[in-house]
Amino acid sequence: MAALVIENLRKSFGATDVLKGIDLSLNSGEMLVIVGASGCGKSTLLRLVAGLEEPTSGRIVLDGRDVARLDPAERDIAMVFQNYALYPHMSVFDNMAYGLRIRGLSKDEIGKRVQETAGLLGLDALLARKPRQLSGGQRQRVAMGRAIVREPKLFLFDEPLSNLDAKLRVSMRAEIRRLQRRMGVTSLYVTHDQVEAMTLGDRLLVLHKGVPVQLATPMQVFERPADVYVAGFIGAPSMNLLDAALSHDGTAARLKGGFLVPFRDGKRPGSDGRRIVVGIRPEHLVPGPEGLDVTVDLIEPLGSETVLIGRMESRELLSIKLPGAVAGIESIRVALNGEHLHVFDADTGLRLDP
Amino acid sequence: MLPVALVLPQLLLTFFFFLWPAGQAVWASFTRQDPFGIRTQFVGFENFTDLFEDPLYVESMGRTVVFSGSVTVVAMLVALCLALFADREIRGRNIYRTLLIWPYAVAPAISAVLWILLLHPQIGAFSHVLRMLGIGWDYKINSTQAMLVVVLASAWKQVSYNFIFFLAGLQSIPRSVIEAARMDGARGWRRLRTITLPLLAPTTFFLLIVNFVYSAFDTFGTIQALTQGGPGKATETLMVKVYRDGVVNLNLGSSSAQSVVLMVAIIALTVVQSRFLNRKNAE
Repeated sequence: MAALVIENLRKSFGATDVLKGIDLSLNSGEMLVIVGASGCGKSTLLRLVAGLEEPTSGRIVLDGRDVARLDPAERDIAMVFQNYALYPHMSVFDNMAYGLRIRGLSKDEIGKRVQETAGLLGLDALLARKPRQLSGGQRQRVAMGRAIVREPKLFLFDEPLSNLDAKLRVSMRAEIRRLQRRMGVTSLYVTHDQVEAMTLGDRLLVLHKGVPVQLATPMQVFERPADVYVAGFIGAPSMNLLDAALSHDGTAARLKGGFLVPFRDGKRPGSDGRRIVVGIRPEHLVPGPEGLDVTVDLIEPLGSETVLIGRMESRELLSIKLPGAVAGIESIRVALNGEHLHVFDADTGLRLDP
Repeated sequence: MLPVALVLPQLLLTFFFFLWPAGQAVWASFTRQDPFGIRTQFVGFENFTDLFEDPLYVESMGRTVVFSGSVTVVAMLVALCLALFADREIRGRNIYRTLLIWPYAVAPAISAVLWILLLHPQIGAFSHVLRMLGIGWDYKINSTQAMLVVVLASAWKQVSYNFIFFLAGLQSIPRSVIEAARMDGARGWRRLRTITLPLLAPTTFFLLIVNFVYSAFDTFGTIQALTQGGPGKATETLMVKVYRDGVVNLNLGSSSAQSVVLMVAIIALTVVQSRFLNRKNAE
């Protein structure tokens, strides 16, 4: 059964439409990651579900009940905030107990649940401390604990890792995933970080300017991006997107410089000359005897791999990811043999499949 | 030489308008003059010991505590309520805020005249309404009503100041903390009591001291214009008594001793406040 259903949810601030009709359905225990560039409306979507903002129209059905117009107190949803939002004047224990006290649980029950949750998160020794005496990672744990201890119907995460340093972020990411699986609570997770999106989500929702552009598993989004925006957004370094025209009865693309790329997986619709965009990920460009000549402008060594950024003869930028360390290259010829190609319509940006 | 020249005006001001008169008051507090002001005699601490043995002075102290306490509580509670409303997203918020700040710019004597026009036993609009309701209103003969009037008038002037600080305090509480409390299910009075007010505590404490100092030492103008300390001594706070004893009754020695006592009290309160603020900042 769907735990959370969102139907045609819209939100406008004055004349600005921030969300232009979102439809979603989350299965019980599922973790859905909402990803998009800043200003795409992802935080607004989360705040609507939380009840911190009121939708302009649409329904938010949680466990069979439309909660779209209810106060957050009546929704039974917990949220982890980007800046943790701990109560600065309360101890860690009181921070976690606060929501339980409001629900009128007995003192023993509160003590037991807080202790359990603290154990789960390794906060046992910190219960008496105030938030200002904690490190960033510890505060993040307390914020998680405060959400978990309530055993809510739905978890909301609003970029919870973006205030942590890189190393801590990786370990907390794994921990969030572990806890979420273990507790089996349905979750919405908002991030602009595509690595978080790829690793955490059962499914991804990519938002672009208030419109959902793709809802699929992370691998599907990566392998078959629905449009040019998703293609450029997911994957690092981002996919090369080259202007081209359909050619040879829809079985090949002609790039700007005249270079011909055949499609291995079949014919695309449309007549020859239709303007298209050909996408190829940097890691799928390999050096070869035949192919595109690229003048290298910049070499970015990442340790286990190297990213080359260069220009083709048509002056278009192209990035290439090569395994291992590479140095001292001024030009390179890469094969573009028609594998791992993504083809999009140049006008609508939508994916064109054979 | 330039730094000295730059601070010199301020130093001169401080000397001529504070240190010199204050020094004279301290000196005068150790002396006693004959009724005609011809002979001045050094009497040591006698003025002070007389003061604390004088039941009228002790009474005035009690009256000042009641007065200042009432003004502080009324001014802060009203300001807090207004600030809580102004902190919300309401239509015309900026106009509302601006209007609330106005009373602070009104001079004490003018504000007293406003209150007189409202509350005057014969011509006041408000007293007319009270009379129609069958309530006998004359603060010029009823001590309790007199106290009520000076408390209201003094508190009204201070509400604007408190309002600004409370509003700033409320707006410095991170929105996300309030939102976290909403997600935890806290609403209305409970959220105010357990989240907002505790986080507002530094502002509240600061205002507590400022208001107490204001109402004890800075309300002379208002009281003098409204009741002149009367009827009888019903609204004679320590500040009014200094004026009556010194300027009206020309008992300069005792009046100076009273001023010195007040000065010490202000210094003590200020030290408490700055200690507290420093400690807060250190955290």
